[in-house]
Amino acid sequence: MIAVVFTGLLWALALWLVIIALRRGDGTAKEALQRALREFLWLLPRLAIGVIGAGFLARLLPAESIAAYLGRDAGFVSLLIASAAGMLTPGGPVVGFSLGTAALKAGAGMPQVITYVTAWSLMSFNRVIVWELPIMPRHFVYLRLAVSWPLPLLAGGVMLLVQ
Amino acid sequence: MHPVSTAPKRRRLLDPGLVIIIVLASIGAGLTYRDQGMAAVWAIIEDDSLLFLEILPKVAAGCLIGALITLLVPREVIVRLVGSESGLRGLVIATLAGILMPGGPFTVFPVTVAFLTIGADAGAAIAFVTAWHVIGLNRAIIWEMPFFGPHFVVMRVGVSLLFPLLIGLVARWLHLRRKDTP
Repeated sequence: MIAVVFTGLLWALALWLVIIALRRGDGTAKEALQRALREFLWLLPRLAIGVIGAGFLARLLPAESIAAYLGRDAGFVSLLIASAAGMLTPGGPVVGFSLGTAALKAGAGMPQVITYVTAWSLMSFNRVIVWELPIMPRHFVYLRLAVSWPLPLLAGGVMLLVQ
Repeated sequence: MHPVSTAPKRRRLLDPGLVIIIVLASIGAGLTYRDQGMAAVWAIIEDDSLLFLEILPKVAAGCLIGALITLLVPREVIVRLVGSESGLRGLVIATLAGILMPGGPFTVFPVTVAFLTIGADAGAAIAFVTAWHVIGLNRAIIWEMPFFGPHFVVMRVGVSLLFPLLIGLVARWLHLRRKDTP
C-alpha cells in the first residue's frame, strides 16, 4: 500500500513538472520528453543486466559465512568485516536487507548489521559500477566514495558505544 | 554568465564495468546450474525479471523528472539554494530533499545529475544522495521495515541522522582544497 503511495508521489511530481513545461508553450516539454526517452533507452539494457545479474551475483556471496562472521566477535574488527561485506554485496533492493536479517537471526549484533546495511546502501560495488559511474561525473562519484567510506564504521561504532 | 551545456553527455553502451558485471553474473549463473540445476537458474531469472519490470516505470519517471528539472528550474535558484555559497542551509535543504525524494536509486541518480548540471555544488549533491540512501523515507519504509521491523530501522536511522550534513561539509572542504592547490 505504502509502496503504491510513493510511486504515485513520484509520478505526481513528474506530471506536475510536465504541466509546468507544457504551459510555457515553447517546446520545453517536447525537448524534455526527447531527452528523457533517450536516457531511458540507453539505461534499459544496463538496467536489465544489472537487476537480473544481481540475483546471480548474490549467488557468489558466501551468505552463511558472512552471517556467521558478523556474529563471531563484537569488536571493531567485526565492523571492518561488516563494512567490506556490505560493499561486496550486490545492489538490488532486497539482497542486502535479506542477508542482514539472516545475519541477525544467526546471532550477529545490531551494530555489525547496521554497519553492513549502511555500507551496502552507500557503496554496493555493482551499483557504483553499473549505475553511478556511467551517468554521473566521474570525479563526483570518487569524491562521494572518498567521503562516504567511514560512515558505516561510524554508524556501527556509535551503536557499540550506546549498547 | 558563461555558457553551460545542459545536454546529456555521450556514453558508450558497453563499458568495462558492465563487462565485469556480466562476467561475474555468468559465473554465478554457472554455479547455480552446477549445484541446483536449470530450474534454479530459471527461478532466479524469473524473480529478477519481475523486479526489473517493477522498477521500469520508476526509472522512466526518474529520467523524466531529471530532464524537466534541467530545463525548467532556473540556474539562479539552484545556485542560491544549494550552490557552493549556500552554506549549512543549502546542505539542510539538500538533506530534506533526499529524505522526501520518492523512487529508487535508479531515480535518485538521474535527478542528482540534473541538480549538478544546473548549479548544485558537490557537497549538497552528496548530502542529497546520502540522505536518500541512509535516512530516506521511501527506502526505509518500503524496503527495510518489512525485513527488520521498526526497532532496527529507528536505531539505524537514529545513529545516521547527521551523516548527510557531516559528509556534505567534508566533501565541500575537500573540494575547496582541491581547487586551491595549483
